[in-house]
Amino acid sequence: MTAALPHTDPAQSPLAIRGLTVSYGEQPVVFSVDMTVQDGAMTAIIGPNGAGKSTLLKAALNIVKPLSGHVTVYGRPLAEQAHRIAYVPQRASVDWDFPTEVLDVVLMGLYRDLGLLGRVRARHITHAKECLARVGMEDFASRQIGQLSGGQQQRVFLARALAQKADLYLLDEPFAGVDAATERAIIDVLKSLRAEGKTVVAVHHDLSTVRAYFDNVFLINRRKMGEGPIAASFTPETVQATYGGRLADGQITQLTQEA
Amino acid sequence: MGAEFVILSLAPLLIGIFAAVACALPGNFLLLRRQSLIGDAISHVVLPGIVVAFLLTGQIAAWPMMLGAAGAALVAVVLIESIRRLGRVDVGAAMGVVFTSMFAAGVLLLEQSDTSSVHLDVEHALYGNLESLIWLDATGWSSLLDPVALQGLPPELPRMALTLLAVACFTWIFWRPLKLTTFDEGFARTLGIPVQLISLGLVVTAAIAAVAAFDAVGSIIVIAMFICPPATARMMTNRLSAQIWWSVAFAALSAILGYVLAGYGPLWFGATDAVSAAGMIATVSGLMLAVVATIGPHRTA
Repeated sequence: MTAALPHTDPAQSPLAIRGLTVSYGEQPVVFSVDMTVQDGAMTAIIGPNGAGKSTLLKAALNIVKPLSGHVTVYGRPLAEQAHRIAYVPQRASVDWDFPTEVLDVVLMGLYRDLGLLGRVRARHITHAKECLARVGMEDFASRQIGQLSGGQQQRVFLARALAQKADLYLLDEPFAGVDAATERAIIDVLKSLRAEGKTVVAVHHDLSTVRAYFDNVFLINRRKMGEGPIAASFTPETVQATYGGRLADGQITQLTQEA
Repeated sequence: MGAEFVILSLAPLLIGIFAAVACALPGNFLLLRRQSLIGDAISHVVLPGIVVAFLLTGQIAAWPMMLGAAGAALVAVVLIESIRRLGRVDVGAAMGVVFTSMFAAGVLLLEQSDTSSVHLDVEHALYGNLESLIWLDATGWSSLLDPVALQGLPPELPRMALTLLAVACFTWIFWRPLKLTTFDEGFARTLGIPVQLISLGLVVTAAIAAVAAFDAVGSIIVIAMFICPPATARMMTNRLSAQIWWSVAFAALSAILGYVLAGYGPLWFGATDAVSAAGMIATVSGLMLAVVATIGPHRTA
């Protein structure tokens, strides 16, 4: 595997995590995890419930404070490169009754451009509307966010991330509880990002679509259970080990075989 | 609306409006963060602060009392945060424990200390003394241009106006971070917004508004204005900026209607005495909430 070499060089990686440990209370949720994201590829973070998938992302972004660990983004400290990252939180993590409109949420992605008191100008509005159009939500710009379906809310979150014009996109369960049309729309956008040379990392829970959607997998169950290209790392053995025998053997073989 | 109005009602009315709006502005964000109780907490914990300030200085002066109140508010915020973290309990439970204990301690301190000679009692703390903030030096509207008469304005008026200005500036300058951290804290963090600092700033701003208003109008108005106008406004609109303006309007309207009803309402019904303006202002704000809760355009949202 000579091709794997540049992928393991932290200085080349959009996101390189070393020795990350996070704990809520006594038990570590993420224990001593190393992760090296491959540039320009789509990586799925998979693992059972409570395996620390979301926590890994949040700790990498310093949203939760890790106990220990070191994170570099394109070879530099996170603080210097944070503007190159767009984060899409879990849809359920916010209160959708919040009094705001769809376009307004997308404009939040432009905070780094706008600052505290910068005027929202026509070019900002145009950019935000283009991002909405990219996720097929251009007709909903003035809709109150509480009136959207789950899938539409997820697309608005993705549009907000697009507005950030980042190089690395980190998504937490972007396909959780969305309709088939939204899933299609989101994966199309993510693949178009990859085509532009961007890097995508998503916490993913549906093993049956890993092969179709992603290039690489990162398997985690509190500890790192595997990492690499789908063909090499998404095997019945690694998945079985990650899920600790919670899935039936036939099921796993079926999921991880090429269709 | 002549000289009598200027002397007796202009100052209390303005102080009431400024206090109501100053509390309603941070109240909007506290409401959306489900932290409305913090207004309640702050307005209770200032009592021990004021008593301690009185015991230390031996006088009822505005600045030591405000400093004492601010100190108590700060102690309360720190206590609430530490109880929440160390005890791993809900923030509401932590607030409940802290503000009831501190208020109770304030009552005990009041009883034990010799405050009979001065105007410092629990009723004063609750209702304030809005009606007594009259402008004796005024002779009519022209006094507004008379520097000598202006010197005689109740000091609560400029103090409350300054507080409102500070609160409004905070809301305006930190509008985007406040909105972002309230809506989506995790995302706000990835944008480099100092989330904890903004939250602390909001609580400190609320505390400043509460302490200044408490000094002028008592804690009843403070508690009511942190919750009622923002909650009423939320049911009028689905846009945060509009909600803020509605809450300002409801707060000001409560102050005006409440003051007028307290002064003249009982007389219209044949009673001889006016009722507490602070109590009436709080009641009016509650009634507005009730009305909008039944007919407001965005109730369920």
